Amino acid sequence: MDNKHNLPSPAKFWTWFNPIGRQTGGWAFILNRVTALGLTFYLFLHLVMLGQLAQGPEAYDGFVALMHNPIIIIGELLVVAAGILHGLNGVRIILTTFGVSITRQKQLFYALMAVAVVAILVFGIRMFTA
Amino acid sequence: MSQNKWKITLKIHRQKEAEAPHFDEFALDVDPDEYVLDAVERVWAFMDRTVCFRHACHHSTCGACGMRVNGVEKLTCITYIRDVTQDGGTLKVEPLRNFPVISDLAVDMGSLYSRLDTVGARSVLPVTQAEAEKKPADWPAGDEQYIRLADCIECGLCISACPSAATSSDYLGPAVLAGAQANGLKRNPELLGLVDTEDGLWRCHSAFECTAVCPSFVDPARRIMDLRKQVFVERFSRVFRRS
Ligand code: SF4
Repeated sequence: MDNKHNLPSPAKFWTWFNPIGRQTGGWAFILNRVTALGLTFYLFLHLVMLGQLAQGPEAYDGFVALMHNPIIIIGELLVVAAGILHGLNGVRIILTTFGVSITRQKQLFYALMAVAVVAILVFGIRMFTA
Repeated sequence: MSQNKWKITLKIHRQKEAEAPHFDEFALDVDPDEYVLDAVERVWAFMDRTVCFRHACHHSTCGACGMRVNGVEKLTCITYIRDVTQDGGTLKVEPLRNFPVISDLAVDMGSLYSRLDTVGARSVLPVTQAEAEKKPADWPAGDEQYIRLADCIECGLCISACPSAATSSDYLGPAVLAGAQANGLKRNPELLGLVDTEDGLWRCHSAFECTAVCPSFVDPARRIMDLRKQVFVERFSRVFRRS
């Protein structure tokens, strides 16, 4: 009988991202994965951009001009947001791993996410008004 | 029991030998204060005798009737219909994830049982070793003679809900790690080699879905974190014992 569809498999990694039927801890798990992938993608992009700088002063000036484009600033804000969300979610994992707030992990997650929202707003305002 | 009846559609996962998985729908009149298992049994009793599912005690002790109800792991004998659907709504029942399907809603839980054996999970334990609310600081002398059932009813809901268990067939899983924690590394130092591994404790990525679905207050996530602490202490003290 083909019952393999119901068995664990690395190919089912996409189920990590499915929020249907998940509860608070599951959403935190999804958020951690999404932000980790975003930050990894950014790192790759960052290295490619740095590679461009090696092509001389014109390339550098062009790159700096590009950095003032509002779309790029939104992209940068997304990177900052991913870093803050991932970092604070990591704090949740460290604390609960050491038994801190383990029976209140939902409240801990919501509190840390509230801090994240405030921090992202502050960064956003500063980036767009600088 | 409430007086008014609800009309619901029960969508049951079907899969017999060599058959592609699909859903069969059954229109039912139910009392919203009945349990999901009652609805499945009614289909089996009056509409389709080939529907296959596991059940026994009907009072959340045997752990046999775990299923996914509208996408969430539930012990169906204690899940009220009113809590998972509405009048005119749909109830979708599927087998637990991460276990091979034997037929329709019944899965083979052999892997869970044998892993529980591997970590020496106890189905009964001395009361003096059980976690209890308002536990006395010192058990009165003589209480060592009493034993009680362990909290885990081996229903497998936690294994089904765990996102890490979905991608690794070798992961011991929440119930097994909780069993190892209850057994204790101090009492069973040989457990260290089993749980302090990639597919043991460290496969858990803190989704807490196990605790969210556990119907028996085992709180496997808390126990996994506690076991991590036990591992730290054991590894650390081994360094000093060696030197
Ligand atoms: S830990 Fe809870 S959810 Fe997991 S098998 Fe035991 S009783 Fe079921």
